[in-house]
Amino acid sequence: MQAFEYAKPATLKEAFGLLGAQWGEADLLAGGTDLLSLMKDYIHKPKRVVSLTGVKELKGIKSSSDGLHIGAMVTLEELLGNAQVRKEYLSLVQAARGVTSPQIRAMGTVGGDLCQRPRCWYFRNGFGLLAREGDGKELVPNGENRYHAILGNSGPAKFVSASSLGPALIALGAKLTIASGSGNRNVDADKFFLTPNDPASREVDLKPNEILTEIVVPPAAGTKNATYEVRQKEALDWPLATASVALKTSGSTVSSAKVVLGHVAPTPWNSAEAAQALVGKPLNESTAKAAAEAALAGATPLSQNRYKIQLAKVAVKRALLAAAGKA
Amino acid sequence: MSKIDSEDHGKKHPGKKGFSRRSFLQGIGISGGAVASLPKGLLAEPQAESGARVMGPGPVPVSLRINGKVHNLNIEPRVTLLDALRNHLDLTGAKKVCDRSVCGTCTVIVAGHPVYACGLLAIEAQGKDIQTIEGLLSTHGKAHPVPTAFVENDAQQCGFCTPGFVMAVKAFLDKHPNPTMEQVKQGLGGNLCRCGTYIGVRQAALDAAREMRGGKRA
Repeated sequence: MQAFEYAKPATLKEAFGLLGAQWGEADLLAGGTDLLSLMKDYIHKPKRVVSLTGVKELKGIKSSSDGLHIGAMVTLEELLGNAQVRKEYLSLVQAARGVTSPQIRAMGTVGGDLCQRPRCWYFRNGFGLLAREGDGKELVPNGENRYHAILGNSGPAKFVSASSLGPALIALGAKLTIASGSGNRNVDADKFFLTPNDPASREVDLKPNEILTEIVVPPAAGTKNATYEVRQKEALDWPLATASVALKTSGSTVSSAKVVLGHVAPTPWNSAEAAQALVGKPLNESTAKAAAEAALAGATPLSQNRYKIQLAKVAVKRALLAAAGKA
Repeated sequence: MSKIDSEDHGKKHPGKKGFSRRSFLQGIGISGGAVASLPKGLLAEPQAESGARVMGPGPVPVSLRINGKVHNLNIEPRVTLLDALRNHLDLTGAKKVCDRSVCGTCTVIVAGHPVYACGLLAIEAQGKDIQTIEGLLSTHGKAHPVPTAFVENDAQQCGFCTPGFVMAVKAFLDKHPNPTMEQVKQGLGGNLCRCGTYIGVRQAALDAAREMRGGKRA
């Protein structure tokens, strides 16, 4: 790990004054489980690390008429311990529980989950977010791509978004508050994740001098929601595919649906096709299966990851049935 | 600058007698000390309204409360809690295996939570109660029920994951004094054993729970 300056501001205002104008100048430290690994591998070499652990404004979960306000520094364990989250947002609970290590849940934060860097092993070994050799040759298409994207991979980005909570927050229609010294801006969770087309771009909508401060999840108001995660091992493993769903029903038919897949594309994958396959129909095994087929109909697997299509279909089907209380 | 891992520099020399792998590694650390003298002011000075103090990159005072005892160190901000324990305080119970917050061998308890000591900067652990495996050792002839239950259940083979598992079990039982087997399985999901001693570890957790509740052993 390269040596760095360290600062632990007590307020957001203090924190803004410590950030740089360019990436690489300062990195924000939340739980540290990802940042420290990135620094040990010299993928991130910040000159300054700004710890957010002392900023009280980023802590706590508050309920308000416009929904649940979750501070970016709330740990996954604190999220799981919140009574309202447990009662109304099953999909968030299941997504956070998918992070199977109690240590990671105790250290890792909601903001950190959304801002963590992709796990692509080419990226983690210094070949950049777009995984290229020095001569520009793409490494993923003919390389070790069993964990890479099966959707949204027609451009140069082939990694998968690492966020566990992102798909659930998008399905629930959450908004993120992003702050800087010049004020706040709100971004739909769906618009926060980006697919970079050049090596200098990032995979989330954040500038070097900005801080993700809060996640606002609209009131559940009877929205049925669930997350299903497929991974190789029972414990301590990254997902191979996940699906988070949120449904509104009118009588026995689905009146609106959001189906968001995780770990299958460079961003969480919001499938309009799956939603369309459900609206106006009753939710049962056969419509859930049809929605899963629709979600993966456009999949473009790489040389080693065709198997993820079936896993993703299973995740969609089981998440839908779980949300409807039929699993 | 060459890539010098944080394990290999900037530590105080304990001046131990004899020779071991540890004292050898600590010895070569001296030559890496030059890394500490990086130029100051790498980034622009914090803006006037920012009251936060910028520290490092050289050694700064760090105070850690470990097993009830306060230790004052002078270490770089980049030193992890694991490296501070092992290289600066000779508390080598927590093991360094993956060093990437994955395997669980470095598990210690900070402010009541199980954490990976490799994933936490020592400077960030200031002001919090840190429990390590050394705190569970026998001081008055009676060891803590968790390590005792590990011995009685033969819950280790090579033993390298054991200190991390013992701390993970203690942290879990502190919060779940009367767990089911299924809860134990979930609760120890952050630690890996490549020998495959999970069956013994889980049984040890259940036995230790009973012992800690004051019950009789089966």
